[in-house]
Amino acid sequence: MEGIVSLRDIRMSFGKETVLSGINLDVREGEILGLLGPSGSGKTTMVKIIAGLLQPTSGSVRFKGRPVPSLEQMRQIGYMAQSDALYLELTAYENFDFFASIYGLSNKERKRQIERAAKIVDLADHLRKPVEHFSGGMKRRMSLAVSLLHQPQLLILDEPTVGIDPVLRQSIWNQLHQIRESGTTIIVTTHVMDEAEKCDRLALLRGGILIAEGSPQQLKETSGASTLEGAFLHFGGAPA
Amino acid sequence: MKIAAIMKRIFRQFRRDKRSLALMIVAPVFVVTLLWLVLDTGEYEPSIAVIGVPAAMAAAMEEAGAHIFETDIEEAGRALRNREIDAYIRFDRQNPQVMLEGSNPSANSAVLRVLLRAAQDMNPLPVRPELHYLHGSEELNLFDRIGPVLIGLFTFFFVFLLGGVSFLRERTQGTLERLLAAPLKRWELVLGYLCGFGLLTVLQSVIIVTYCIYALDMYMAGSILYVLMVTFLLAMTALSLGTMLSAFAKNEFQMIQFIPLVIVPQVFFSGVFPLENMEPWLSGIGKIMPLTYGAEALQQIMIRGQGFSAVQSQVYVLIGFSLAFAVLNTIALKRHRKL
Repeated sequence: MEGIVSLRDIRMSFGKETVLSGINLDVREGEILGLLGPSGSGKTTMVKIIAGLLQPTSGSVRFKGRPVPSLEQMRQIGYMAQSDALYLELTAYENFDFFASIYGLSNKERKRQIERAAKIVDLADHLRKPVEHFSGGMKRRMSLAVSLLHQPQLLILDEPTVGIDPVLRQSIWNQLHQIRESGTTIIVTTHVMDEAEKCDRLALLRGGILIAEGSPQQLKETSGASTLEGAFLHFGGAPA
Repeated sequence: MKIAAIMKRIFRQFRRDKRSLALMIVAPVFVVTLLWLVLDTGEYEPSIAVIGVPAAMAAAMEEAGAHIFETDIEEAGRALRNREIDAYIRFDRQNPQVMLEGSNPSANSAVLRVLLRAAQDMNPLPVRPELHYLHGSEELNLFDRIGPVLIGLFTFFFVFLLGGVSFLRERTQGTLERLLAAPLKRWELVLGYLCGFGLLTVLQSVIIVTYCIYALDMYMAGSILYVLMVTFLLAMTALSLGTMLSAFAKNEFQMIQFIPLVIVPQVFFSGVFPLENMEPWLSGIGKIMPLTYGAEALQQIMIRGQGFSAVQSQVYVLIGFSLAFAVLNTIALKRHRKL
């Protein structure tokens, strides 16, 4: 069955270098799908293709049955890149207000959504502060909140917890689970194994090839490994 | 709606970044003022030592605007070497011998001018031409002549730099990617920038132009509204060019590297230096440079007092440049999102 996002025979090369090849993947509606792989394995390229920011060299991407990209789809997708992508000299509120307007939210709706998003990431008390005075963790949460403003049906997060302390990381994952409860599908990239455990399903990526797919439990069982790390090494064909 | 949001954001950023706002408005005013102090001077009054020159001749030279010292040849030679005087004149068998210091062309010509005037005064020509000016006046000096070019140049330079760097930062800080992951059309982004900065450049143009004309008393024969229009169009060209070229810079430093490539050549060809004696093919290079058209139009209006009909072709060219650069920028953004 075709998922809310489906990738078929995706190949991506930059010049002579092939970054992704033979990618087939379906993301099910309402799940948290983790893209797990070492750095350089093509995770970011893959999420950029799904977000419509990159066009694959060959193959097709569909979101809700329609080919990506289209402006209409972008209204339903939230994308958080690895960089925080905020206007540092503006206050948190001004940042929210700007991005919400870009998503075409009305005046009243903007106010409501800004409050909601700020509350989710626990920044409601800091809205009047310029973002340049934020700590690294606050900026990361702020960036996450920006991608939630327009209540996307699909949330794409590229390494959302990189450089974040364990306490905050825990709280972000709690928020992600909450967001999923409201029906949002989430694709998240990570290279941290214990984070991968928190996903509903995982796709293991290595050297631009999808080496395995399944729930963390399934992956461990199939490979006979006790940890995801072991499973990853098993599927990757590396000596355990 | 989305364009308005981008404009609003640009204003908010400038409100918090007063230094950049100052760069756009205060810096051109400051630089023009400095040039005014340097260039807006009267005729140079040369110092000339005279040795055995008839008193009537010395008086005539003094009348013509020189500082005259009566001295002997040794003293004159010493003073000339020490650059205390610009020249000395010695009468040798009725024939005046003039020795010039020689290293400063404007001092040289000032000495020759004084000599010529003095000679005329002593032997008046039978016919004395009456001088009339079609444009400008006897008072028109270097600052007045290149003033219109300077207004154009500084507007162009600072808007180019600021617009280019802001658009570049959009990319380096990752917000461009975020914006393109949103349902924003590429041309909406480009237009938002042009409109947001456009309003700021209106403010900038008004301040620079009124300051030059009313405070610095720059020669102004035409209508200030036309001057503002041309300055604004020039700023828009600079803005669309700067934002487009920022696509080819990786960081702010690389943006600065465009200055010797894009700005400096335009200065040479814009009319600060006389182009009349240049090879035709060489002055043709100026035809591809926006500043050439802006400066030409500003000179037509400010010095020759012309109206719209005299500058309309330049105006259309500037509009054409802006549109072309904006379209190219929209195309260049395809690198970041095909749609």
